[in-house]
Amino acid sequence: MDWGVIPRNIYFLLGGLGLTFQLAAISIAGGLLLGIIMGLARVSPIRWINYPATVYVNFFRSLPLILVIFWFYFLVPLIMGRPLGDFLSAIIAFIVFEASYFAEIVRAGIGSIRKEQVFAGYSTGLSYYKTMRHIVIPQALRNMVPSLVTQCVIIFQDTSLAYVIGLKEFLRRTALVDAAQFRSIELYSFAAIVYLVFCFAGSMASRRLEKRRRQMGR
Amino acid sequence: MWGYDFDWSVLWREPYGQWMLQAILTTVHLSLIAWGIACILGLTVGTMRVLPSRIARAIGTIYVEVIRNIPYLVQLFMWYFMVPLLLPKTAQMWININVPNIPYWTGVICLGVYTASRVAEHLRAGMHSIPAEQYRAAQSTGLSTFQTYRYVIIPYGVRIVMPPLTTEFLTCFKNSALTMTIGVLETTGMAYLIDSYTWHGLETISGAMVVYMFTTTCVVLFMGWVESRIRIPGMLGRR
Repeated sequence: MDWGVIPRNIYFLLGGLGLTFQLAAISIAGGLLLGIIMGLARVSPIRWINYPATVYVNFFRSLPLILVIFWFYFLVPLIMGRPLGDFLSAIIAFIVFEASYFAEIVRAGIGSIRKEQVFAGYSTGLSYYKTMRHIVIPQALRNMVPSLVTQCVIIFQDTSLAYVIGLKEFLRRTALVDAAQFRSIELYSFAAIVYLVFCFAGSMASRRLEKRRRQMGR
Repeated sequence: MWGYDFDWSVLWREPYGQWMLQAILTTVHLSLIAWGIACILGLTVGTMRVLPSRIARAIGTIYVEVIRNIPYLVQLFMWYFMVPLLLPKTAQMWININVPNIPYWTGVICLGVYTASRVAEHLRAGMHSIPAEQYRAAQSTGLSTFQTYRYVIIPYGVRIVMPPLTTEFLTCFKNSALTMTIGVLETTGMAYLIDSYTWHGLETISGAMVVYMFTTTCVVLFMGWVESRIRIPGMLGRR
C-alpha cells in the first residue's frame, strides 16, 4: 500500500474532476432544456408533435449510453465534415441521450397535475399555451424536483463513460495514473470515494426534497 | 454526398457476421446470468431492509447506498483491477489458472452486484406497498404464516413489482455493454473491434443499435402481455 500516490498526482486527478463537473453541468443544462421541450411535445394533443417526440424518447431509452457516445463519435464528423474533438462529441451524446430521460420525468410531472387545474385555466379564458405556462408547468416542476435531482446524480455518474472515447475526465485520469504507477487499490478506492461523496450528497438532497414535497402536499 | 463510403456489408460479411452473432449471444447470456445474481442478491438485500433487526437493515441500507452512488464503470474497474489484488496470493493463482475468460466473469459479477442494489429497492418498495391489513386478514382466515406469504403476500407483491423489474432487467441488459471496457467482446465491444479492422465504425455501431432496440422492444412487448395477463383487477391502471 502506498497512499502517497494520490497526493503526488492530486492536481492531475483534480483537473479531471473539474472536467467531470464541467461535463455534468453542461449535459444537465442542455439535457434539461431539450428534455422539457420533448416532455411537453409528448403530452401535446397534436399528433405530428407528439409522435416524433415519442419515437425520440423510446429510441434513446432503448440504447446503452456507451453506444450512443460511440455513435456520435463516429457520426458527428460525418455531418459536420470535420472532427469536433472528444469533448464536444461527448457533450452532444450526453445532451441528446439524457434529454430522453428528462423528457420522461417532465411527462410524469405534468401527468401528476389534476385535469381540473387545466379546466380551471381554460375556464378563466387562458389559452393552451398560457395554461401550460402559468398553471401546469410551475406546479409540475415542483413535483418533479426530487426526480430531477436524482437524474442529475445519474448524469454525474454517467459522465464517467466519456472514458471510452479517451476524454481525460476523472476516471480516465485515475486509469492513466494507475497505468503508470500500478497502484490500483489506492487509486480506484480514491475514485470510488470521491464519486460516492458527491453522489451521496445528491441522493440525500433528493430524498429530503421528496419528503418536504410530501409534507407540503398533504 | 457525405464524403464517406458506406459499407453495410461489414455487418454480415465473413468473418464479421459470425463475430457479431457470437457477440450478441455473449450479451444475452452475460446479462441473463447477471440478472439471476441480481434477483437472488436483490431479494436478500431488499428483505434485509424491511426486517425488524436494526443490524440487518443497516447492512442492507449501506449496500444499496454505496453501490448506487458509485458509477458502474468505476465499480467494474474496481472488480477487475482492484479486487484480485486484495485476494491472497494462492487465490489469485487459482483464479488465473482455473477461471476461463476472467473479464467475462468479472463483468457478470459486477453487473449482478450492481443491478441487485436497484432490484432490492424495487422489492422493498413493493413490500411496503402491500397494506398490513392484507396480512392480518389472511391470518384471521386461519392461514399459517407460510401460507399467508405463499398465497397472499407473494402473489400480490410479484404483480406489483413486475413493471419496475422489467425496466431494471432492460437496464441490466443495456449496462452489459459497459463490460467492453474490460475487454469482454459483447455486442458493443464487437462493434468497436470490427471498426478497428475495417474503419466502418458507423455501420457496426448502427447495427449494434438495431440489436439493442429490437431486443428491448421484444422484452417490453412480451412483458406488457404478461402484465396484462396477471394484472390485479382494479389496480395498476396501465393503459
